[in-house]
Amino acid sequence: MAKVIYTLGDDISTDIIYPGRYMATVLPTETPQFAFADIQELNGKLKAKQILPGSVIIGGKNFGCGSSREQAVSALKGYELIVVAKNFARIFLQNSINLGLQTVTCPNLEAVDGDTLEITPTAVMNTTSGKSFQVVPLPNARQAIVEAGGLIPYSRKLVLAKAQGN
Amino acid sequence: MGMTVVEKILARASGLNSVKAGDVVEPNVDLAMSHENAALVMNQYLEIYQGTELMPKLWDPLKIGIIFDHRVPAESPKTASNQKKIREFVAANSIAKFHDIRGDVGGICHQVLPENGYVRPGDVVVGTDSHMTSHGALGAFAFGIGATEMASVWALGKVLNVEVPATIQVNVKGTFKKFVGPKDLILHLIGRLTAEGANFKVIEFHGPAIKSMSTSGRLVICNMSVEAGATSGIVPVDDETIRYLRKESGVKGKIDLVTPDKDAVYEQVININVSALEPQIACPHTVDNVKPIKEVKGTKVNQIVIGSCTNGRLDDLALAAKILKGKKVAQGTRMLIFPASGRIFNQALTKGYIGTFMKAGAVVMNSGCGPCLGVHEGALGDGEVALSTTNRNFKGRMGNPNSEVYLCSPAVAAASALTGVITAPRTTKGGKH
Repeated sequence: MAKVIYTLGDDISTDIIYPGRYMATVLPTETPQFAFADIQELNGKLKAKQILPGSVIIGGKNFGCGSSREQAVSALKGYELIVVAKNFARIFLQNSINLGLQTVTCPNLEAVDGDTLEITPTAVMNTTSGKSFQVVPLPNARQAIVEAGGLIPYSRKLVLAKAQGN
Repeated sequence: MGMTVVEKILARASGLNSVKAGDVVEPNVDLAMSHENAALVMNQYLEIYQGTELMPKLWDPLKIGIIFDHRVPAESPKTASNQKKIREFVAANSIAKFHDIRGDVGGICHQVLPENGYVRPGDVVVGTDSHMTSHGALGAFAFGIGATEMASVWALGKVLNVEVPATIQVNVKGTFKKFVGPKDLILHLIGRLTAEGANFKVIEFHGPAIKSMSTSGRLVICNMSVEAGATSGIVPVDDETIRYLRKESGVKGKIDLVTPDKDAVYEQVININVSALEPQIACPHTVDNVKPIKEVKGTKVNQIVIGSCTNGRLDDLALAAKILKGKKVAQGTRMLIFPASGRIFNQALTKGYIGTFMKAGAVVMNSGCGPCLGVHEGALGDGEVALSTTNRNFKGRMGNPNSEVYLCSPAVAAASALTGVITAPRTTKGGKH
């Protein structure tokens, strides 16, 4: 069961998720403090650890549009958040897959703060309202990276294979 | 079945005879670029080798570019220290295409790459920056990736598991009115497509208005294709591309003439006639909130910005200088100008544009990303409004979530600097701004 802790609108840019003025901070261990830095209520709750790992942020369409900054993903991954949105901007989605941030594309989802969701590979069940919504699967091309646990372990396997002349 | 330009490029880079939209390929990379975020790429790259007992080895240091532009000169000890680490890495690994903070060969990556001939038609170019789409102006397939994906490219020399994008064909005909140009065209197109309309797709530009457009203008439309969500924009190579590469980038040797097949398959075709196009303005807080200037003219502006990877090139500065010459920036309005590269800055100096700007009261800044991403220069105050030739107007973009950014062409920015309100450039002779 995953609880919806914050609902955002359409076109949430990486400037909202991780403002440009914190871009000098790059390490995944350090970026979470600046997640949603300009939405003080949300940033405050995250930093105070009032939000449990596995909680859900809801976005509208085109979530993560804008910059390729990976901090926008590592900052959310640091809290083990799940992002459910109508759809995602390309680079944000790829970065999420690469870093293992759970993203769920669910175009018709109806949910509000405080609802609990049950997320499966094919559907999101809103257990508060009792309604179920279909999920659009991740691009096939990227499934192998998800299964390897992210792009670092996936690339590590390939680097090792290359060194062994395979 | 015929192929689009990007399908042809991806087929060859992947060692295949043909590919089509939706296929999964692993193209070899011709150029892999990063800026200050190379600090994170380095971290992730070393991470790949953790526990393998292998020595980390770059696939090809000659094909890696690192251009400092995002926070130059450094705004903080943290950035300065990261830049120092990157310099040491560049030296230790003999990375060839490195541009440090310099007034001669430095500048914004999306100008430094083209002006040095680092990008060729038919290349696969990746970079840890969303505006990599710019380089489609030279007939390359160029797209933005994250730092971890770049670390993987550094180790393996290819991009893993790439889905061949579908292509939208945009045909542009007609002749721009005076003081209307490529920026107005791309803002208009983004307004039509919406901010997600080209997500996971390529925009391929065609038509007489593109044929007669300079590479500088093509860089504008490809640069901002990402604001419609596009993986890349691309202009198929033609005589202008070759002229630019030979004359301005000093490229020697064979240039690959990769063009789409006549029977290429497009997901969508959009036709635009620019003859009637008015100056376009993207209003806060999304780039697809585009209106003709008449709907927003008169809006009070506190800060005017001309520059960036979108509109900081010599023709942009020439246009601004023409409008500003002998006049003054309005009281109560600040004007910031930052040329896209050291080379352009020097050319603008020789041509007298820099003097014109300073006499008008503008502040001329060093080449770099500067105010566009609100890190260390040109932040806005609470409730302030900027009118800018840059590419994004997201909430908080210029460093303050309690401010607003409007996007426009260099001509509109210059005309508005003289009045302090959003103003269309006067096209009649002797007109007063």
